Amino acid sequence: MREGHGLVSIWFFVGLLLLAYGVLILGAGVYELYVPASRAVVLGELHVGIWWGALLVVLGYVYIHFYNPRRYRS
Amino acid sequence: MNMLASTLPPAPDRVLALAPVDMAIVALYFAAVIAIGFYLKRYTKTGEDFFLAGREMTAWVAGLSFLAANLGALELMGWAAAAYQYGILATHWYWIGAIPAMLFLGIVMMPFYYISKTHSVPGYLKLRFGEPSRALSAVSFAFMTVLMSGINMYSMALVMKVVLGWDINFSIWVSSLTVALYVGLGGLFSAIFNEVLQFVLIWLGALLIPILGLMETGGWNGMVARIGQNFPGQDYTHLWRTMGSFTDNPMGIHWTGIVLGLGWVISFGYWTTDFLVVQRVLAAKDLRSAKMAPIIGAGFKMMVPLIVILPGLLGLALLPMKLTGEAQAVATGGHSFNEVLPLMLARYCGPGLLGLGITALIAGFMSGMAGNVSAFATVWTYDIYKALFKKDASDAHYVTMGRWCTILGVMVSIGTAYLVMSFLSIMDYVQALFSFFIAPLFGTVVLGMLWKRATRAGGFWGLLTGTLSSIGMWAWVKLDPAAIRFIALSPNAKDMAENMYRALWSWIVCVTVTVVVSLLTRPTPERELNGLVYGCTEVPHDGDLPIYKRPAFWAVIVALVFVVLNVIFW
Repeated sequence: MREGHGLVSIWFFVGLLLLAYGVLILGAGVYELYVPASRAVVLGELHVGIWWGALLVVLGYVYIHFYNPRRYRS
Repeated sequence: MNMLASTLPPAPDRVLALAPVDMAIVALYFAAVIAIGFYLKRYTKTGEDFFLAGREMTAWVAGLSFLAANLGALELMGWAAAAYQYGILATHWYWIGAIPAMLFLGIVMMPFYYISKTHSVPGYLKLRFGEPSRALSAVSFAFMTVLMSGINMYSMALVMKVVLGWDINFSIWVSSLTVALYVGLGGLFSAIFNEVLQFVLIWLGALLIPILGLMETGGWNGMVARIGQNFPGQDYTHLWRTMGSFTDNPMGIHWTGIVLGLGWVISFGYWTTDFLVVQRVLAAKDLRSAKMAPIIGAGFKMMVPLIVILPGLLGLALLPMKLTGEAQAVATGGHSFNEVLPLMLARYCGPGLLGLGITALIAGFMSGMAGNVSAFATVWTYDIYKALFKKDASDAHYVTMGRWCTILGVMVSIGTAYLVMSFLSIMDYVQALFSFFIAPLFGTVVLGMLWKRATRAGGFWGLLTGTLSSIGMWAWVKLDPAAIRFIALSPNAKDMAENMYRALWSWIVCVTVTVVVSLLTRPTPERELNGLVYGCTEVPHDGDLPIYKRPAFWAVIVALVFVVLNVIFW
């Protein structure tokens, strides 16, 4: 919406935030592999943080790529 | 339409403790929404930009925003609590209590709202029924909106206190001022942008609970078996089977109340005339997008039980402790129904994921509040200030007024939150207060759109008597509880059933009075109804579009899925 007026798409902002969250959550998940958290969670052996963080990184990258404002300007 | 979490008492121990990475995720969210507000300020110059987001939203953005404005944090936590308490019956508020009305809005009503170029629902009433109807509906809407906003704010702050141990004042002021800042800067533009962002975060933050819960229980059948073991003899997993009698289900409601009261009057009233949600659709870039937006919203609304109702049911199956009502939780030091969603978050989410889950709850609160204040600012500026006090000011003047109204709306909401803190009994009445206005308003708007013989006098007197009759019925039951047998058709009916039937009767009163007064008064000339009423308006048809681009096609698809889901979970 309004990309033609120079307005960056909302989906680009969504991508940025998801990418940042993905990196943080993936990082926390990897850290937990070496330093287990003080509070155990159910199904912790699945290391959900790692794959959910990775999913957010991928989603974030996809949104940033497809809604990058440079694509509209070029 | 949200299930208000009732008063949450201070718990002996908080449910969750956040790690530094969780705090970073929450802080990043606040920074992002404020940054979006500052970014959008430069694009928000005219009244059309500020109050209607320039009418440039795509169907997807308008549709997701339409749904997100309704998906407040208390909607998430309150209905998860209701699912723990009543089982899958709570799903009625998401399916029959939403989907038919959303489809009706998209296919039948949206053309009239959109073609009339109104800024608001009270604005449509002015065009159709004249100034008195607009004034009545605008004042009642403005009053209810800030009241609801304040009550939601207080409830959310209380939840944050119980769940995270945060100070109530800190939660109220930080979250409210953030909303005031980004809505004040970018108006509806900023509210809608952030609502889309919040919608994505709500899903990504809450979706892990049903996924991991079903993995733990071994799927749906495993969950049902565990609920059966934990609560023998009670049916928590069927939608309609126990609705044959008031006494067969924990809600104390009959299927007629659900279908006619909830599915017809309350649902249609809320989804088609509450400006909080309709405003998002009015921001669509063209008529096709405006028709598609509620249909897209309906598609996602059908899936919301996955992240709201299912966690409540999983709580029944998996939580080692039995959750109770507030009073018992206070007496025993245990956990209440309202804590089921945070408890399930704590069960599965470690550092990082927990921050995402809490961000989802905060995002839900903010999207609901932004919806309230942006709708309040529009109705106040256009339907009260411009209509009654200053008719001929410049566009820039009204934009400035809108920005100040946003701040004012937030401040009044904060005041209401503190008022509720002092007089907790207000919480008991707010749902009833809300229903006073919604059901009759639906009668007035739907007759106005579909019946050209409805006159200005008919519309005004129908709306007024419908509202007064609703207040009268509520007062009658308050003064004489035995009167519930007349209002809700059974002495065994409970509060929920009373709300449903009262809405139905007040709608009938409104429609009857509107019809009678209209037939007794001079008809409005048809030339004055052009663009406002069915039969006097040329609605562009979608016949030249490929079938997959037609709103009616997608409405049929959503309706079929709705029917199939009800049959599956019958």
